[in-house]
Amino acid sequence: MRTVFSNARLIDPEAGTDAPGWMLTGGGTILDQGHDAPPDCDRVIDCKGACLAPGIVDIGVKICEPGERHKESFRSAGLAAAAGGVTTMVTRPDTLPAIDTPEVLEFVTRRAREASPVRIKPMAALTKGREGREMVEIGFLLDAGAVAFTDGDHVVTDTKVLSRAMTYARSLGALVMAHPQDPGLSGGAAATSGKFASLRGLPSVPALAERMGFDRDMGLVELTGVRYHADQITTARALPALERAKANGRDVTAGVSIHHLTLNEFDVGDYRTFFKVKPPLRAETDRVALVEAVASGLIDVISSMHTPQDEESKRLPYEEAASGAVGLETILPAAMRLVHAGAISLPQLWRALALNPSRRLGLSTGRLAKGAPADLVLFDPDAPFVLDRFALKSKSKNTPFDGARMQGRVLGTWVAGTRVYDGD
Amino acid sequence: MEFRARHLLGIEHLSPWDVRIILDLAETYVDLSRGATKHADVLAGLTQINMFFEASTRTQSSFEIAGKRLGADVMNMAMQASSIKKGETLIDTALTLNAMHPDLLVVRHPHSGAVDLLAQKVNCAVLNAGDGRHEHPTQALLDGLTIRRAKGRLQRLTVAICGDIAHSRVARSNILLLGKMENRVRLIGPPTLIPSGAAEMGVEVYDDMKEGLDGADVVMMLRLQKERMDGGFIPSEREYYHRFGLDAEKLAYAKDDAIVMHPGPMNRGVEIDGTLADDINRSVIQDQVEMGVAVRMACMDLLARNLRAARAAGEGTYV
Repeated sequence: MRTVFSNARLIDPEAGTDAPGWMLTGGGTILDQGHDAPPDCDRVIDCKGACLAPGIVDIGVKICEPGERHKESFRSAGLAAAAGGVTTMVTRPDTLPAIDTPEVLEFVTRRAREASPVRIKPMAALTKGREGREMVEIGFLLDAGAVAFTDGDHVVTDTKVLSRAMTYARSLGALVMAHPQDPGLSGGAAATSGKFASLRGLPSVPALAERMGFDRDMGLVELTGVRYHADQITTARALPALERAKANGRDVTAGVSIHHLTLNEFDVGDYRTFFKVKPPLRAETDRVALVEAVASGLIDVISSMHTPQDEESKRLPYEEAASGAVGLETILPAAMRLVHAGAISLPQLWRALALNPSRRLGLSTGRLAKGAPADLVLFDPDAPFVLDRFALKSKSKNTPFDGARMQGRVLGTWVAGTRVYDGD
Repeated sequence: MEFRARHLLGIEHLSPWDVRIILDLAETYVDLSRGATKHADVLAGLTQINMFFEASTRTQSSFEIAGKRLGADVMNMAMQASSIKKGETLIDTALTLNAMHPDLLVVRHPHSGAVDLLAQKVNCAVLNAGDGRHEHPTQALLDGLTIRRAKGRLQRLTVAICGDIAHSRVARSNILLLGKMENRVRLIGPPTLIPSGAAEMGVEVYDDMKEGLDGADVVMMLRLQKERMDGGFIPSEREYYHRFGLDAEKLAYAKDDAIVMHPGPMNRGVEIDGTLADDINRSVIQDQVEMGVAVRMACMDLLARNLRAARAAGEGTYV
């Protein structure tokens, strides 16, 4: 059945446009779009001037299956994603056990198929058990559907192991996602070095440790020629290194979490553990530089880095509390802060939220072009609300935005033309 | 001006007026403690629980004596030996204790921020007796009182804090307190033991004792906290003593009437020369211990007044 979305404000990251128009979908794909009078159709959805954009492709979502289903399941994460306008979750392998064999990966794809209303593209571990000693069966895992290989925030310290894994991955064209960080300097850290961390008495890591990790990785990328994605670049000092790597023609992209774009170290205040993320929140100067880097395209991808943690893991002294924040349902309104601050345009934002991550993983989503899957999000960019963490659909409620005034409400989410969320 | 705080979690939240109110009241308790009958009843009927998650002799006994002199029912809980070993979380411990209706809770914990967390969950006044590397407010207050009595004022003084600043909650609380009272603060130590961002804290940083001590009114030595070090901050204790240990030769660079302080326990021959520590003309280390009791009496008295006022006003939760 064909559906026309009329009276919409189309956000097209590929064309870089933000204009009123209509969109025609059918058979799960986008059939046409235009800016004149919409065609006659069996079903019409009047968007009433709200924004219609490609659904968000979120790289680095942690779903706690297998192992910690009480924190998040495929069902709860899928519902949260749909409510947040995320149509593809690219999941992390840092589960218990780690997703490091084709058999575990098949469990993930089966659970995803039966429980999640949105698409799931799994990533696999790069080394067995994420222990940094032996590479996984990269070939088998690719065949089973892994879209990238990563040990998450476990940095592979043995450069020989990492260079072999990268070399092998390159021969298969696999994408390696790494966490740029110097493991020695960052050991045990809960904050970024500086006055704030010192006054709070928290163990800290210098911001420069990120660039040191990135520089090491760039050496290995040069050596092996692997396709490389940095999960999170969060410091101003790492940006020139990223720029240099791209200028030198390396096949390198980088992401940043929405939290590092919208919060800084002072938000931790009097030890608020919901603001404990990894890497730790940075200085305001870093945050501003990161927003500029997203606007210029130097940083390619914005992710939620959705990391569910239960209350018990967070209600501890700051040093002992678990890291991570949920983000599937807040990535859109949080990102809208950047738009409302005038730092970035909607097409620029959607380039980082949908188009770039999709392209990097070789997916066909993230676009409004004819023939692309009808994965769409309809949202009111201005609608204000106060976030109540207990209203989140995630099983875990560890959001740093609890009680925050936000703007940007998801009105509807479609995956392959099927409505999976109705927020009207 | 009135003292309005409900908890004493750190110096950070105190105003210069709060500090003056506490120190002035503490003076009266110095007199009380030196008198023939060391007893008052301002805390009579109140229950004080000392919860120490980290071993302590001097601070715990100081709080205990302070509470007893003011008439409180004092109980000590050695937390290392008890429930945390059985896996109970800090929050559960706090809730269990809260059910026993304490009025004053004195807490020491090895993790920064743990006392703040606990204070959110209990219905009584909480005093921070040291949390990780964060704050140790009563220590800074007793240091302030000691300085004020020795120097006649607590402003426009040059105070050199020397040694292991990075691991020291005493240093952090003192930097904040001395800064609030408009003194000039210097930090002296090997760069590995100076916390990051120190230069932005409104202090001067030195890595040479002679330069740093030049013209100082007060020399505050800190203990080398070997138990908090995971290796490799200094090459050896003897090199540390050679460069940063306080002896008569280095002290000669400070003012002639400069006083020497140490929060204890001392490592003689590591950060301070033993003879110097015992020199009654320079060292006020024993005065610090005495002032500690008086300052803690004052803090608990003030917090108890606010607690009683809030309860009289019918406020159900006390946070």
